Amino acid sequence: MESLDATNITIEQEVKKEAKHISDPHQHKDAIGAKIGMWLFLFTELLLFGGLFLLYMAYRLQYTKDFIIAGQELNLILGTVNTIILLTSSLTMALSIAAIQRGKKSLSIFYLISTIGFALAFLVIKYFEWTAKFHHGIYPNAPELLSKPNGEIIFYAMYYSMTGLHALHVVIGAIILLFMLVFLIRNKITKGDYIKLENSGLYWHLVDLIWIFLFPLFYLIH
Amino acid sequence: MGSATLIEKAENYLEYKAHKGIFAWLLSTDHKRIGLLYLIAMISFLWVGITLGFIMKLEMLTPDKTIVDAQTYNALFTLHGVIMIFLFIIPGIPAIFGNFFLPIQIGARDVAFPRLNLFSWYLYITGGLFAIASLFLQGGPIDTGWTFYVPYSIRTTTNVILPLLGAFILGFSSILTGLNFITTVHRLRAPGMTFFRLPLFVWALYATAWIQVVATPVVGITILLVVIERVLHIGIFDPALGGDPLLFQHLFWIYSHPAVYIMILPAMGVVSEIIPTFARRTIFGYKVIAFSSLAIALIGYFVWAHHMFTSGMSDTARMVFSLLTFLVAVPSGVKVFNWVATLYKGSIELRAPLIYVMMFIFLFSIGGLTGLVLGSLATDIHVTDTYFVVAHFHYVMFGGTAIILFAALHYWFPKMFGKMYNEKLAIAATPFIFVGFNLLYFTMFILGYLGMPRRYWSYLPEYQTLHIISTVGSWVLILGLIIMFANLIYALFKGKPAEANPWGGVTLEWTIPSPPPHENFDKIPNVTNGPYDFSHINETKDGKS
Repeated sequence: MESLDATNITIEQEVKKEAKHISDPHQHKDAIGAKIGMWLFLFTELLLFGGLFLLYMAYRLQYTKDFIIAGQELNLILGTVNTIILLTSSLTMALSIAAIQRGKKSLSIFYLISTIGFALAFLVIKYFEWTAKFHHGIYPNAPELLSKPNGEIIFYAMYYSMTGLHALHVVIGAIILLFMLVFLIRNKITKGDYIKLENSGLYWHLVDLIWIFLFPLFYLIH
Repeated sequence: MGSATLIEKAENYLEYKAHKGIFAWLLSTDHKRIGLLYLIAMISFLWVGITLGFIMKLEMLTPDKTIVDAQTYNALFTLHGVIMIFLFIIPGIPAIFGNFFLPIQIGARDVAFPRLNLFSWYLYITGGLFAIASLFLQGGPIDTGWTFYVPYSIRTTTNVILPLLGAFILGFSSILTGLNFITTVHRLRAPGMTFFRLPLFVWALYATAWIQVVATPVVGITILLVVIERVLHIGIFDPALGGDPLLFQHLFWIYSHPAVYIMILPAMGVVSEIIPTFARRTIFGYKVIAFSSLAIALIGYFVWAHHMFTSGMSDTARMVFSLLTFLVAVPSGVKVFNWVATLYKGSIELRAPLIYVMMFIFLFSIGGLTGLVLGSLATDIHVTDTYFVVAHFHYVMFGGTAIILFAALHYWFPKMFGKMYNEKLAIAATPFIFVGFNLLYFTMFILGYLGMPRRYWSYLPEYQTLHIISTVGSWVLILGLIIMFANLIYALFKGKPAEANPWGGVTLEWTIPSPPPHENFDKIPNVTNGPYDFSHINETKDGKS
């Protein structure tokens, strides 16, 4: 009897432990809460770029002519291709979430891989765009750039800092999506619990959205 | 049978250990432990800041060199500012007491994102180490002043990049804490805890959290641009390449003025907690105080350029910003009147926390009213960049926020540690602090009015008498602070055990044991009345006596 009691107690303790593990008060699942947090974070990201947009506005008013001249030297074709790539990647991202919502795991994986592929394509094009500019001596503190009027120097300062910060976000976004891919494959993201993928998608759309503003501000001014 | 006792006696959070040794602290996601981690770190940084300030005041004893040379003095006032503002005052009350009491006051077991909360602390420590590291590295400590104004900050040869990155990381920490608190207030309130039943401390933290989220990213990008400017010379803030230093000032203050309200709003929240508890009556004008927090958060966003009245702006811009500055003083005034009205005909019990609060009301009112002198265009031009400004913001920041941080420390000490401090000693420290404070800073108002510029290492001999009074004041003040902290540290080890509710408070934290159990509440409470309902407490008290 006594040994039975003892085992009973240990079982009880096990159960308690298990229950505690699941309902640990300091770790809980709350999809809506996670989404609120994500939206707030996106808001801060917008404001991070907001500071740069403010500077752009002030300098464009100050140096309108120089901005137009410098803007025409950017490669419109590459910029347009990149815009299309990012827009498409947002689509595949949304499709990936839609797929997992309906429980179609492999389809979701396929769309997610496409999204990551588009992200890489964007970065490769960006790389060629920047290096081409570097070859022409247009990079910060380069003697050739410094020989240009101040307005153009500022244009390229804004161009490099804004597209650079954006490219950094693309890299971060791609890394996050890679993690999501692993989670999808390992069934950590499922039909019932896909908030991680949804939040990553929100982040990815933000990256896309910012580019939608950067593209006309730099490539399309005249 | 064994399990029955297990359930009944919940371990308090200081005993509960999820990990071994020091990791029970370093890896804990318990909001209460994280609050204490912040407390330890911040009090340490506070004393570093106090020491730097103490040396600065010693230097000011004589018109020329007393103990340090001019360049060291530049570094001293910069680091004093950086440490006190970015590492102590801005994160102060929300990170320590917000973390500890926000979940308890709304009847939750933790914040919405506990792991993110711990991560914020690590970011905070990293940022702090970055700022301190510049002291010891080649090039020497940063000498730009805590505002990092360009073009000097892109030209000086001292270590600017590290403290800047430190400030950026601290900003990140602040954003994540804010985001966490907003989500917590929206998602984890106990049943029955409606928005208008939230304690006013929670309201203040909620408004603060919004400022943290909305304002901090702007200074983040501004700081990054200065770093990029120093490394790559892109020209955005460099006048030689067409950049406009004034734009830096705008972007900097777009954050750093709302940051002033990040500093003061939580303190106002604490005042709204302490006054009803020791006046034994409900707060006067609950909703008005709650909304005035939001109003301050909102209007505070549109007054930044009053830091730049003499920097070069159009008259229209200056007048608009001056007007808005006057407007933002209104909600603060509303709060002060409400607090005083709460005390009126209350059954006041003059305990240490309330004495600190009364000191706050006095000092903060001086700070606030002299702020109007600086907010008016004509008078500002006379006293800007003088000791008058230094005195003003020390009255607001130190006399306001830091004094309330001390009040909060005394008010919640029994709850946090389960120990009582020596009340007589706690009260005995206050005259030293009060007299020392006013000797130290009120003389600065006079010095500034007479024309003593801020940040100067040497001065004209006629200012010496006032400088000496001010320096002596700093000694008295520090003596008071030593008494206060020594008393608390002694209580930590040797204090008598505290009851669950030593003050007769009525918010939720007083309904649970001291120190609180690991899970805060056995059962999530069901809230049925507003936060400052003393009717039941008063009945039982009358019954007893």
